Amino acid sequence: MNKWITSALLAGALVSGQFLGQAMAQDDKDTVRLGIDVPYEPFVMRDADGKLEGFEIDLGNELCARANLECSWVEQSWDGIIPGLLARKYDAILSSMAITPERERQVMFSLPYYNTPSVWITARDRDIDIDDKASLKGLSVGVQRGTIRDVYVTQEYGDVLDIHRYGSSQEVVNDLKSGRLDLTFEDFPIANDAIDFRQEDSPYKQLGDSIKTPTSIFGKGAAMAFRQRDKALAAKFDKAICEVYADGTFDKLMGEYFDYDLSVRPSEADCAQ
Amino acid sequence: MIDLQGYGPRLLEGALVTVELAVLSLILAVVLGLLTASAKLSRNRLIHGIGTLYTTLVRGVPDLVLMMLLFYGGQIGINMLTDQLYYAFDIDIFINVDAFVAGVITIGLIFGAYMGETFRGAFQSVEEGQMEAARAYGMSPLLAFRRVRFPLMMRHALPGIGNNWMVLLKTTALVSIIGLTDMVRVAAEATKATHEPFLFMLPVAGIYLLIASLSEWGFAKLSKRYSTGFGEASEWTN
Amino acid sequence: MDQLNAWFTQLLAGNAIFTANTLGFYWNGLVTTVQLVFLCLLLGIVLAVPLAIGRGSKRWWIKWPIYAYTYVFRGTPLLIQLYLVYYGVVFFNGIQDTIFWEVFKDAFYPALMAFTLNTAAYTTEIFRGAIKNTAKGEIEAARAYGMSKGLMMRRIILPSAFRRALPAYGNEVIFMLHASAVASVVTIMDLTGAAYYVYARFYAPFPAFIFVALIYLCLTFSIMFVFRRLEKRLLAHLRPRGA
Repeated sequence: MNKWITSALLAGALVSGQFLGQAMAQDDKDTVRLGIDVPYEPFVMRDADGKLEGFEIDLGNELCARANLECSWVEQSWDGIIPGLLARKYDAILSSMAITPERERQVMFSLPYYNTPSVWITARDRDIDIDDKASLKGLSVGVQRGTIRDVYVTQEYGDVLDIHRYGSSQEVVNDLKSGRLDLTFEDFPIANDAIDFRQEDSPYKQLGDSIKTPTSIFGKGAAMAFRQRDKALAAKFDKAICEVYADGTFDKLMGEYFDYDLSVRPSEADCAQ
Repeated sequence: MIDLQGYGPRLLEGALVTVELAVLSLILAVVLGLLTASAKLSRNRLIHGIGTLYTTLVRGVPDLVLMMLLFYGGQIGINMLTDQLYYAFDIDIFINVDAFVAGVITIGLIFGAYMGETFRGAFQSVEEGQMEAARAYGMSPLLAFRRVRFPLMMRHALPGIGNNWMVLLKTTALVSIIGLTDMVRVAAEATKATHEPFLFMLPVAGIYLLIASLSEWGFAKLSKRYSTGFGEASEWTN
Repeated sequence: MDQLNAWFTQLLAGNAIFTANTLGFYWNGLVTTVQLVFLCLLLGIVLAVPLAIGRGSKRWWIKWPIYAYTYVFRGTPLLIQLYLVYYGVVFFNGIQDTIFWEVFKDAFYPALMAFTLNTAAYTTEIFRGAIKNTAKGEIEAARAYGMSKGLMMRRIILPSAFRRALPAYGNEVIFMLHASAVASVVTIMDLTGAAYYVYARFYAPFPAFIFVALIYLCLTFSIMFVFRRLEKRLLAHLRPRGA
């Protein structure tokens, strides 16, 4: 019987030791875990060895270096990315998250670091008029679940289009390519990267104009998100975002991944704080 | 090693996750099942009620929904508690439920309910005469449980445990939806990236079949052992 | 205490979640789930009866393929079967140009096909067990009446086997209801899909999933109730006298 008691005590000691260790790591503010939804090309993707790379990985590492923080990346699917932050599975989200009023109730945002429009995509040989709602009846559209594009399509086209919601942007593109979807509503860079719709010989094309409004849905651009109580941490990253814009590092990084402009230069007033 | 377009090693790691997850959840489920069975056999109304509520709720709701609830809600629930501690007593602890642990707890909790039913039936099939004999030999209650009631119960429980294990094994596939990197998730990722569903899904299906066949064989052996002394009867039931 | 209070008010204010709009999602989800489960069970039975009879055949080339089918489909997760059908059909180049595409284009039919194959495998084994356990006396009596094999199957063996299979089949129905939750991974807005959407939209796991869990509980209890009634009626002759 003694053996059992000893091992139970030992196990208890081990577990509490682990908690202590974690509690201490919490105090050590120099390490920050960043949550990100993978893949979201070219912002983040995984190479063959499973290593993360992409624009947001480079940008995030740069911001961390400037804020003098040790950063690690935590992978989290998009559906659970805000609950994961609130649940302290990581300390900030750096995952192309648009600032929206709905999300601002849950989390605190940094300054926006980029802004892109959303675009309607369809097969090049299809003749669809996105503004003529009656003609859209019964067509299928793919969006990533819980994104601003999901909200927009649900609100504006919920009564005519057959909306398919996917867990990842990659699945949306796959089902457009397989022919399951008539339309997709995509973030411009994702659509550009995955289906190259701006090329003349691409089998896909853009429908209508690029869409950035209403701001109540699309927000002011993508920003990092923090728990409401971590104001100091957010301030550090705001400062770093201002710095990468001021000294041209942002433009240099942007040039490595994009042949168009997605910058949202922070105002001097924002950076003065 | 089989390469599978570079995904081979990750697929094997995923298979290991599947097996670890299944075995650890099984252990938890057996422990919970024994507790539940005793609760449901208890004469105490309250304890009996708790046991019944647990098995009814768990068996009435899909595994996937329970999993999502515990996975997404579990950590937030724990944090609410620790936040209370922080605000009330200024104690700042953080208990991190990592995905794997959450998976084991969730599956264990689900199958604990099924195991509970299995064990309850099995305990009830043990003849009281056997226990009376044990007591007559002067065995302490604990010794009588370990030497007499438990082994006798196991003979009746084994087929049920075997069935539950097979279902549990397949249930582990659901953790891939929630974000744990088991072999199904690796295969799904690979399928989405390469558009070759058969190349990845068929080997994974094969691994499940292999594990299932091996366990079938293992349970047959175990069942033989626990049926010692019931020779003829066990041959009939087989 | 204040905190607890705030949490409660937030929970009530969180009633913003259950608007007519989201309740509509849940309702559509319920309809989809019921349709999917009902159709796959129906098709599953249609497939399972001949398969169960064939499974008991003395000819190895009938018996073994059926056994292989049930072994594979019962030994692998439904999720994998679903992935294989959903992504697998696209794998056949040019399917987009055939009439099959109209069916497989939607996520509903690939899911229905995977679920049907899965439940048919389980149902086959349930029926086979019941057929195997037919009382010898019933068969002898049928033979004595000079019934042909087909007539005996139709009039004697199958009806009595169906009755005996009822409790096990009831479990299979509940199992299928619960298993159908995986349909949400291929974009189907079934009950779980609706809950998942509400969760992803409002970041509120507790209300979204507890609500749907309650709906599933109600469905499960209704199925159990129906099968209890059926068993009572159809298996009355098996109850001990005076009970």
